[in-house]
Amino acid sequence: MSSTDVNASRSSVLPRPRLSANARRQRRWGILFLLPWLIGFFAFQLLPILFTIFLSFTNYSGGREFKPGNFDMVGLANFQRLATDPDVLPSMGVTLKFALIGIPLGLIVPLGIALLVNSKRLIGSNVFRTLFYLPSVIPVVAGSIIFGGVLNAQSGWLNLSLQAIGITNPPRWFTDPTWAGFALNLLAIWAVGNGMIILLASLQGVPTELYEAATVDGAGPIKKFFYITIPMISPVIFYNVTIGLIGAFQFFVPALLIGGINGDPQKSLLFFPMHFYRTAFPLSQMGYGSVLALVIFVVTMAATAVLFFFAQRLVYYASGELNS
Amino acid sequence: MTRTSISGGTSATPTSSRLPFKVREVLARLGVTGLGLLVLAIFLLPLAYVLITSLKLDTQMTTIGAPLWPAKPATFSYQGQEYPLYEVPIETGTQRLAMVKPYRENSDMMDPAHPEQGVFNVKGRWRTWQAVYVFSPNLKNFTDAWSQVNFTRLFRNSFLLAGISTIGTLFACILVAYGFTRFPIPGKNILFVILIATIVLPPQATIIPLYILFNKLGWTGSWLPLLVPAFFANAYDVFLLRQYFMSIPKELDEAAMIDGANPIQILVSIIIPQAGPAITAVTIFHFFFVWNQYFEPLVYLIGKTKLYPISVGIGAFVTTFSTFPGRSAATAVLTLLLPAVIFFLAQRQFMQGIVVTGVEK
Repeated sequence: MSSTDVNASRSSVLPRPRLSANARRQRRWGILFLLPWLIGFFAFQLLPILFTIFLSFTNYSGGREFKPGNFDMVGLANFQRLATDPDVLPSMGVTLKFALIGIPLGLIVPLGIALLVNSKRLIGSNVFRTLFYLPSVIPVVAGSIIFGGVLNAQSGWLNLSLQAIGITNPPRWFTDPTWAGFALNLLAIWAVGNGMIILLASLQGVPTELYEAATVDGAGPIKKFFYITIPMISPVIFYNVTIGLIGAFQFFVPALLIGGINGDPQKSLLFFPMHFYRTAFPLSQMGYGSVLALVIFVVTMAATAVLFFFAQRLVYYASGELNS
Repeated sequence: MTRTSISGGTSATPTSSRLPFKVREVLARLGVTGLGLLVLAIFLLPLAYVLITSLKLDTQMTTIGAPLWPAKPATFSYQGQEYPLYEVPIETGTQRLAMVKPYRENSDMMDPAHPEQGVFNVKGRWRTWQAVYVFSPNLKNFTDAWSQVNFTRLFRNSFLLAGISTIGTLFACILVAYGFTRFPIPGKNILFVILIATIVLPPQATIIPLYILFNKLGWTGSWLPLLVPAFFANAYDVFLLRQYFMSIPKELDEAAMIDGANPIQILVSIIIPQAGPAITAVTIFHFFFVWNQYFEPLVYLIGKTKLYPISVGIGAFVTTFSTFPGRSAATAVLTLLLPAVIFFLAQRQFMQGIVVTGVEK
């Protein structure tokens, strides 16, 4: 068949074989192009997840070579341990609180700044865009050092500013268990750049005819914002919320850097992924660690599914958006 | 503007309807820009803080009454001696005097403007007087940090890791995005949904088996676990490229196909040259992503300090902040300097690309 397809494609007498031969060749090319991802997906994602499920039924310890005889099948023991582990619920609480504050912040602040830098009235808006993006390229370790300093209870500039405007007893941030988590929300929202840029691009993609038509109909700026801007950029808002949710459920590196492996003070920075990390790697308990990994996996998937369920009602997709 | 000045006073009536609008527009511009400056100042405050702290000696941080900016106490030198300067309260305000000898309730002072008057005694507790400081940035923190950390090696490691990983990502993601955009593949929509779903996949769900795998292969303690997966595409960058490729008209590649070009030729000669902004965006996104990476290098390079990228290499400086704030701040400045410079050099292209993507959609 393949030897004939050159001739077949030249003649338009027989439409069906010509199409199918051409389509088959195109299909072969397409699969070839997808191969890097297909291989990577199986080798680095699908099989490892299945393997994590397998490991969750073992008592494998990372210190030994992985081979039969170096671990036992322990049934549901690791899952029973999940129920009695005193760090599980508090660390879930730390992560949940971070997400509940961080996701709305991560939507509103970038949107506000995108609207600001999109304003025609902003003089030198390109300079603003660049400078607002700047914190996003600062490595997370440097950011942790910086916020450790800015939020220092005595010498930090935030507390000096708060005292200057009359707040005599500002929070002690990283040394106060009630405020340490929120301090990391502030650190996270500093990297506003990616969200801002994506929202900005989508704001600029809203057809100006819509605004013109609304002006003719007598709509004011607030009505235009809620009835045109928000629906038109809703796919990008949804994208930002999804990315924010995933990021919040995986967040822990600055907490590890600032609060150490135990999430000090008083475990207020012991995020769930950090509990996973210290169990699986420094403590090498890979069997039980796999259970914790599966918890992160299932919770993330479930939360995203809920988000997608709501998005179907709330997000406006321009026609043809989903088709290629 | 020029027209009003030429026509003079006679044109007052026709411009009066335009002028308030202009004034309102100027006020609106000033208002929006002022708001922008305020928000920006809050955003950049942490950067100003770290820069200033890195230029201050730690002793200044703990001195009561010392200014926020890098400074040292001002002195008055007289006959080979250095005397500290104070703002001493007098009846008509304050006077700048040099302290020769302090006592509890009064002090021996000198007037630097009139040293010939000699030493005289001033009543009042000197501890309540404001010391005089002069601006004096100090680079000692930077030399200390540089001698304590092998920055050259850390920079080189991060640069190589980010560079190689970005090349792999571009190579793989362009191919995959092209495949998704232009070819009839069975189950393509389901495959694409799976691809997008992997954005949601937490790295924790796979890292234990991957660690075991890379350990078996003898790759742990090397860069391979960090580099090899980059050559197999990732959902985020494929999605970005695919969105852009879809906006490139198909007529062009159909014309090239009729001319006998094969898919790789079409990709290289038609798609890639038109996708410049998207490719630039992916390059920058991915480069910074790797530069920032902390979790994976920490897990896979465990113990091999010579292979550490800068993120892991300076991790210890976060906790030493309270003891050596200046040196930690200097480390942070050195760490963020290179990404910031690269960003400033590439930002024009980058922002332009994002804007083009938005407008042409």
